[in-house]
Amino acid sequence: MDMKREYYEDIELIGSGVVLFWSAAFLIFLFTLPIYMPNYYIYLLNIIIVNVILAVGLNILVGYTGQISLGHAGFFAIGAYGTVFLMTHFQIPFVFALPLAAFIAAFFGFILGLPALRLEGPYLAIATLGFGLAIMHVIGTWDIFGGRMGLHAPPLDLGIPKMGFSWVLESDVSMYYLILIIAVIMIVSAINLMKTRVGRAFVAIRDSDIAAEVMGVNLTIYKTLAFAISAFYAGIAGGLFAFVCGFFDPFTFNMILSIVFLVMVVVGGLGSILGAIMGATLITYLQYDLLKNVSETPYLGDFLISVSRKWFTVIGLENFGSIALGLIMIGIIIFEPLGMYGVWIRIKKYWMTWPF
Amino acid sequence: MIGQLIVEGLAIGACYGLMAIGVVIIYKTSEVVNFAQGEMAMFSTFIAYHILSYYHYPFWLALIITMVFAILLGMFIEFAFLRPAKEPTALGLIVITLGAEMLLMGLAGWKWGAEQKYFEIPMSFNVTHEPIKGVIISDWAIGVFVIAAILMTLLYLFFKYTRVGVAMKATQQNKNAAKIMGVRVERMFSLAWGLSSLMGAIAAMFFASRATLDPNFMMEPFLRAFAAAVLGGLMSIPGVLIGGGLLGLIENFFGYVWPEWKPIVAFLVIVLVLCVRPSGLFAKHYIKKV
Repeated sequence: MDMKREYYEDIELIGSGVVLFWSAAFLIFLFTLPIYMPNYYIYLLNIIIVNVILAVGLNILVGYTGQISLGHAGFFAIGAYGTVFLMTHFQIPFVFALPLAAFIAAFFGFILGLPALRLEGPYLAIATLGFGLAIMHVIGTWDIFGGRMGLHAPPLDLGIPKMGFSWVLESDVSMYYLILIIAVIMIVSAINLMKTRVGRAFVAIRDSDIAAEVMGVNLTIYKTLAFAISAFYAGIAGGLFAFVCGFFDPFTFNMILSIVFLVMVVVGGLGSILGAIMGATLITYLQYDLLKNVSETPYLGDFLISVSRKWFTVIGLENFGSIALGLIMIGIIIFEPLGMYGVWIRIKKYWMTWPF
Repeated sequence: MIGQLIVEGLAIGACYGLMAIGVVIIYKTSEVVNFAQGEMAMFSTFIAYHILSYYHYPFWLALIITMVFAILLGMFIEFAFLRPAKEPTALGLIVITLGAEMLLMGLAGWKWGAEQKYFEIPMSFNVTHEPIKGVIISDWAIGVFVIAAILMTLLYLFFKYTRVGVAMKATQQNKNAAKIMGVRVERMFSLAWGLSSLMGAIAAMFFASRATLDPNFMMEPFLRAFAAAVLGGLMSIPGVLIGGGLLGLIENFFGYVWPEWKPIVAFLVIVLVLCVRPSGLFAKHYIKKV
């Protein structure tokens, strides 16, 4: 199907005119979306896009570099707390606080990348997991971060208040545009990154770190870099998440959140940016909308309530989301290890070679 | 005071060790890191709780039913979720067990709700003895030590003298060779899952009687147990028990000095240990060859 005729085609940002056309059409669709969407869904969309940013970043680490991380909720938390903390305590405007917090997260990613140089598989999993728990515990213990009471995000001011220029975003819709623009920039840079020397080094490390080292890839630099970049994405996503939610406490960033992030990447498809976007969208939608209100969905809701009455408890039905997520995780590995991206590839192949 | 801390730390550590042995049995046999270990144990404990509070069976009968259930649950998860996966990657296996964890947690929450319950075992935490002055030991701790010792002896005998145990050891050493020798390797995987689920269930009952019972209660203990297993090297059963003991001691002493940092000190120790010895304390570091 996609035949490459010269090496230059390998590093093109946009493969063909078809991709360009549909990407542009989809972007226009996204930018006009608030006109015909009810307001509640804009809030949901904001969370989806925030998670897309995070999933794209996590995919760079897990899908492209082949390192596992069960501590991404930690970086997410650093982004959220860092942005709000810098804004409220140091009066740094949002436009500087967000990247600064993301760089702090990237620094922690670099630190976490150091043990990753010597660890792999389960050992790395427990190290990253411990990191996530430690971050959650630190922000929950230190009163300067609001302790267990959580933090309220200040008004989202895009201007610089000290210079008498302020531009406060109040509605979900205006926030939606801000997040969407940031997300587009982050996704395009991720796609671009994967076409550069750095991206190819990541993929080489995933396929075999010994072979990569033999070919001259500096493992120390590139493994820590992968962690740092991934943490940077998580930091940006966290900073935006703080303003989408408006209020958050340490328990928001628990271990389950790290697992859910991993699920997004795995369900979407490891090692593909499109997959990360699809996975994050699907899982976030399921979590925040469909599974949250599962008892109100037609047919299925009534059925589940009757099952609950008979065998379980109706009040515990809210746990159905966790059951569904678990089944999705297991099912995707058993039936479609490439994730939604694998399904997409199969559909594409079918139609490209149709009727054969 | 120090004696007290040591006894308490060792008792908790022995519980971590029992959980960790479950992790190690699975990891050695089928090279799967079982993140669902804690939730499997939690679910079994809930079964025990259900039998005790709704059917009012005597404790020992409930215990036996729960143990049988735990073995079946472990075997079921292996059979239903891990066996169908074709050539899964290490990450894929981790995701499957994480999925099983979420599934069990959701089921328990659906059935028993999120509120905390009290789970009592005959070895109470409040009945204490003072054999030496300054060292207070509770019935609970004695129970943990005795059960851990019995289980260790049984495991030793099982792996040394029974046919199944030897077959399982053969599977752990070399799957293909074991298959050629006529060992049904898949059956050994199931059995390993059942066995480790059983170990987890026993440890979880001790944890539940010490704290409270709710669908999330095994998450923290499991993570510590997993840390203990990593500390011990994920490979040798005695090493893991020592790792559990060490972890319990470290945690208890740090918890005494800095109570607010108690929950994470174990993980910091683990990360530091892993930086020095990447495969844990008691396992030989395996250097990858191409």
